[in-house]
Amino acid sequence: MTATSSPTTAEHKRPNYVLIWLYLFVLTVAEVALAFELPLSRNIKLLLLLFLAVWKALLVALFFMHLKFERWRLRLIFIVPLPLAAILVTVAIMEKVF
Amino acid sequence: MQTSTMTDAMRPPFPAEPGAGVYSNKLGMWVFLASDVMFFTALIGSYIVLRFGAPGEWAKPAAVLNVPLTAVNTFLLICSSVSMVKAYAAIQDGKKYFLRPVPGFVSVQLVEYIKLVGHGFTPAGFREGSLLAEHAAADPIKYGATVAGLYGSSFFTMTGFHGFHVTCGVISMTYLYFTKVLPEKYSPQDYRGIEVIGLYWHFVDLVWIILFTIVYLI
Repeated sequence: MTATSSPTTAEHKRPNYVLIWLYLFVLTVAEVALAFELPLSRNIKLLLLLFLAVWKALLVALFFMHLKFERWRLRLIFIVPLPLAAILVTVAIMEKVF
Repeated sequence: MQTSTMTDAMRPPFPAEPGAGVYSNKLGMWVFLASDVMFFTALIGSYIVLRFGAPGEWAKPAAVLNVPLTAVNTFLLICSSVSMVKAYAAIQDGKKYFLRPVPGFVSVQLVEYIKLVGHGFTPAGFREGSLLAEHAAADPIKYGATVAGLYGSSFFTMTGFHGFHVTCGVISMTYLYFTKVLPEKYSPQDYRGIEVIGLYWHFVDLVWIILFTIVYLI
C-alpha cells in the first residue's frame, strides 16, 4: 500500500507514554484512596473525585489519542459535543429538581 | 468484483481530507467518537438524574460492588491503552512491535457480573432470598433497599454498554491481528488501521475512567 498523508502525529516530539501511564496509575490509586480512606466531607470528595477523573480523561485524550498534536479543526469535532453534553445533563437535572 | 481482486499495492493512496487535514478513516472515527460522547452522556445523565432524584437512599457502591477488583480492572484497561499506543509508536519508527488482542478487561468484568448475580444483584434489584437481599433487609440505608431496582438497572445498563464497546474493540483488534499484524502489513508509511482502532480503544478507556468514578467511587 502506498504512503498515506495521515500522520500529523509523526511530526511532533513524541510524548513519554510510560510516564503518562505512571501518572494514570498514581491518579487511580489516589482516587480509590480518596473515596474510601480519607476522612473528608461528601461534597469535597465528590468534587475531588470528579476533578481526578477529568484529569485522567484529559491525559488519555491529549496524549494517547494525540489530540494535543492535532489541528484545531479536528479537535473541534471532539470538543463540540462536550458543551452539548453538559447542557443535556444540566437540563435533565433541572427538570428533576424543579 | 474489481475491488476483491485488487492487491494492496494496487490500491490508491489515501490523501488527507482538505478540511481536517487527516485521512478519511481517521476523520470518520473522530466523528463517530463525537457521537459516542453524546451516547454515553445520555446514559450518565440518566444515571445522575435517577440517583439524585431517587425517592430513597442510593446504595453505597462498596457495599454491593467489588471495588478493588474493578480498580485493578481499570488499571488493566489503562495498561492496554499504553501497549496500544506503544505498538503504534513502534510501527511509526519501523521497529518490531507486539500487539495481540487479549480480552482481559471483558473477562474480569464477566467474572464480576457472575459474582454480582450470584450474590443476588440483578438488573431488577436484589433477588429475593439472596445474600444481598438479606443484607439489604438488615441495613436498608447502606444497601439502598428501596431503590435497588433503579440501581441495578442503571448499573448494568451503563457497564453493559461499555462492555459492549470493549468487546467491539477486541473483535476489531482480532481482525487487525489476523489481517494486518500477522502478515506484517504495517509499515512506517501506512499504519492507518492501528491508528483508527487505537483511537477507538483509547476512547473506551477514557469513558471507563469517568464511569469508574461515577459508578464505583461516588
